[in-house]
Formats: sequence, structure tokens, C-alpha cells
Amino acid sequence: MTEPRRRHEHLVAGLLGPSGAELTCEECFDLLDVYVDSELAGEHADERVPGMREHLAGCPACAEEHDSLRDLLTTLR
Amino acid sequence: MPGSVPAVQRVTAPATADRETEARAWLGALRATGAERDEAIRRLHELLLRAAHFELRRRRGMLAGTGRETLEDLAMQSADDALAAILSKLDDYRFESRFTTWAYKFAILEAAVRTRRRAWQERELPIDPDAWTTLPARTLDPAEELLNRERLGAIIDAVRTQLSPHQREVLGALVLAEVPIDVLAERLGTTRGALYKTLHDARRKLRTAIGADS
Repeated sequence: MTEPRRRHEHLVAGLLGPSGAELTCEECFDLLDVYVDSELAGEHADERVPGMREHLAGCPACAEEHDSLRDLLTTLR
Repeated sequence: MPGSVPAVQRVTAPATADRETEARAWLGALRATGAERDEAIRRLHELLLRAAHFELRRRRGMLAGTGRETLEDLAMQSADDALAAILSKLDDYRFESRFTTWAYKFAILEAAVRTRRRAWQERELPIDPDAWTTLPARTLDPAEELLNRERLGAIIDAVRTQLSPHQREVLGALVLAEVPIDVLAERLGTTRGALYKTLHDARRKLRTAIGADS
């Protein structure tokens, strides 16, 4: 994918957001630990916490915090 | 084989039991009094400080020019506030994750929010009411496929005609200018959750307007 195309896709994704049902930011924080532990255990995290993946796709701040928690735990384990 | 435990349960059951034992030990110590509680708080704070340092290191690009002492202060404040939040929410822990995973997320959040706010503290919010008008020219390559140009044009038309001024402001700041949501919430005197609700509702209107939900 070319850089202009990548920027275009990024912009459209940001404007339209995820189409599926998603958690709120509060629900995301409430369940982030459950989701990340499930991911790291190789479980079906998306089935355990429905709507989390969609929210992380639409909320850059929550996505950053998800990535940080997952990477911290990966580093410590 | 009659009476055998399925393989998955054999693997996960001990891990779950260990997790619960560990969590109950943490909760017991943090709810105790005297030296036992003090020691648990000291250990927990140490973990939170480590998580805060980890988060600040990840975001060092946003903190360029910030001195070592200030970074230490940011880490300590993040750990302190995370600890206070955890101690006030012990009853919210539901044994669905490791206790330390549950605790770490508070330190990550505190450090991330502090970093974003510090990175933007000297900056004006780049809110430009005309940004939507000039958007296609700024973002689209002339060689971009006609279909993509038409789609973006339809979205921008919907921004102008379907959204309220507040929704346009929030969408513009968060998506076009990429202002962190915590920073925008602080400047507008609202919460991250309220802003995301505004963003979510605006996006739904746009998807409906261009038929993306059908």
C-alpha cells in the first residue's frame, strides 16, 4: 500500500470508526486486564470480552494502553 | 475415558487456582492493619512504579527535552495516584485476571495520561472550522481512485450536514488533528468517556449517511 493510500485509509477509518458493537472507554478500562490476560494465555479473548476489539480499533488512547499493558506483562513473564 | 478431566481443564485449572490464591493473599494483606498492610502497600507501590517507568520509556519520544528528575516525578506521581485508586477499588476486583495485571493497568493509565497532557501542555488545540473544506485537497493524492475520492467527499458532506457543531469540533480535533482524547477532555472540561460517546455518535451518523452500516 502506498503512503497516500495508507493515510487515506487511516483517515476514513478514523472518521467512520468500527461498525460493530463496541465497549465504552469506561467498560474498556474495567475489562482491559481480563482481555489482556486472556490474550497472553492464548484464550479466546474476543469471545470472553465482546466489543473490546472493536473499541480498541476506534479509540487510539485505549489501544495504546492495551498495547502497553500487554507488552509490560510480556516483558515481565 | 470415564471420569477423566478434559485436557483443557487439566491445564487451566491449576493456573486459575494459583491466580486466585495470589489475589486473595494481596487482598488480605492490603486490607490488614499495621506492618502487614504497610509491607503490602510498599510492594504494590514498587510494582506500580515499575509499570509507570515502563510506560514513560515507551513514550519518551513525546517527552523529548524532559529532564530525568521530571521523569522520575511523573513516574512517582503516576504510581502514587494508581495506588490510591487501587486501594479505593479493592472491592471492584473480580478474580477474572491476575491481581497484578488488574493493578498494573491503573499505573499504565496514569502514566499515559500524564505523558499526553505534558506533551500538549504548551500547544494550542489545532481546531480549524475550515479544515473540513480543505480536507480532500490536503489528503488525497490526485491519482487516487475516483471511488475513494467520491467516498471521502460523501463523508465530508455528511460531516457538514448531519453533525452538530460540537460533534464536528470533537471529530475534527480527535481524527483530523489527532489531539489525544485525554488532552481534549481536559481542555473542554469534560471526560474521556463523554468525548468518546460524542465521537461514537458522530461516526454512527456518518456511517448511516454513506450507507456503510447497511
